[in-house]
Amino acid sequence: MKAGSRWGDLLSGLSAAMIIAALYLVFLYAPREATMGDVQRIFYFHVSSAWVGFFAFFVTLLAGIGYLRTGERRWDVLGFSSAEIGVTFTAMAVMSGSMWAKPTWNSWWPWQQEPRLVLVTILLLIYLAYFMLRTFVQEAEQRARFAAVYGIVAFASVPLTFMSVRWWQRLHPVVFDRQGAGLTRPMLLTFLFCLLSFTVLYFALLLHRTRLAKLADEVNELAQRLHSGWGGRT
Amino acid sequence: MQFLNKLLAIVWKDVVAELRTKELFSSMFVFALLMIVIFSFSFDLRVERVAEVAPGVLWVTFAFAGTLELNRSLATEVEGARLDGLLLAPMERSTIYFGKMLGNLVFILAIEALMLPIFSAVFDLNLLQPGLLFTVLLGTIGFAAVGTLLSTMAVNTRAREVLLPVLLFPIILPVVLSAVKITAGMLDGQPWTDMAPWLRLLIGFDIIFATVCYMTFDYVVQG
Repeated sequence: MKAGSRWGDLLSGLSAAMIIAALYLVFLYAPREATMGDVQRIFYFHVSSAWVGFFAFFVTLLAGIGYLRTGERRWDVLGFSSAEIGVTFTAMAVMSGSMWAKPTWNSWWPWQQEPRLVLVTILLLIYLAYFMLRTFVQEAEQRARFAAVYGIVAFASVPLTFMSVRWWQRLHPVVFDRQGAGLTRPMLLTFLFCLLSFTVLYFALLLHRTRLAKLADEVNELAQRLHSGWGGRT
Repeated sequence: MQFLNKLLAIVWKDVVAELRTKELFSSMFVFALLMIVIFSFSFDLRVERVAEVAPGVLWVTFAFAGTLELNRSLATEVEGARLDGLLLAPMERSTIYFGKMLGNLVFILAIEALMLPIFSAVFDLNLLQPGLLFTVLLGTIGFAAVGTLLSTMAVNTRAREVLLPVLLFPIILPVVLSAVKITAGMLDGQPWTDMAPWLRLLIGFDIIFATVCYMTFDYVVQG
């Protein structure tokens, strides 16, 4: 347990430092954008949040495969811990996206102009479905199995949903889009740093959450032993 | 072809059971009729050209009627402990998956076949074109593929009827989107080449998800 909390502290400290640095970069270092003005700065956090949202669900997919292959509890723990963090960041991405959309397109929810907003919302719905499934399955082993399967199937749908939502807006659907980033060098630097610091934050949170889950499992086991009369010590 | 025989045995069992009671079919039929009526009332007040909303209305109706079918189909299996009997049969779990999927497909297609002429009449459109029928088939295959797997999971929970749409709809979005786009394109008389990407997406979805669900079905019914 000592080693775990050491890593946890290290990552927490690192992510704290990086987020503070990122805040500085976003608000003070990055230049003001020509057309959109200061509201464009949301973009750094919005995209980073969306990235963590997708990455976290990918980790849930991997954890699902791991659980189905080994049946070990730690894979299930990884799966729902990552999903918890992912749903938070995805919700943040949806809200920040909406906040960005209002001054940019004068609409809180521009379905037509921004397909990616739709995609992130779908991801949020998938996450919520994942947690609803976990809530309603009674038995622990069945819950882990179902969640693993749903994680796999749901993530497999994400690329196809991405393509379909993108094509929905255009007359002639394209598979790959050559889109210039339109970012100057300081902006690009800020963006990449933001992305990195959010990723580090994700791992810090994941470490803490999985450790918490393991402790909760231990507490439950102890409680069960107490109730069954076997005593509280190993 | 042992696999085919076992497959058809499962489908036949479901069809015969349904022919005897007719409870699933009649409830789906009434439900779909109600949806058409409600939609035609709600849109009649605001929309000039009904043809514009027809593709969406069509696929929403199919999606909800399909969900009803999936729920009822698995629920009767569990209630009668027939799923256990099925699992004891000397066949691979994956064969059961395809058998159930085909059964679900047959029932949903049957309802759609009844609905399409009624829709055509109510919305004053020709929905019985071959291209459109083919699209309906493809869309329903995708729906049944994912729906069979997810309904097997949902039926094991306390909130089965509520949970299935929540699990299913985000995942089949590409199917619904493609199907609506193709349907709309056909009603507008667009050339096939315009809709080819959507068709490819639909077919791709069907193949990918039939495979993924087939591979994971085993894990859902064990234990």
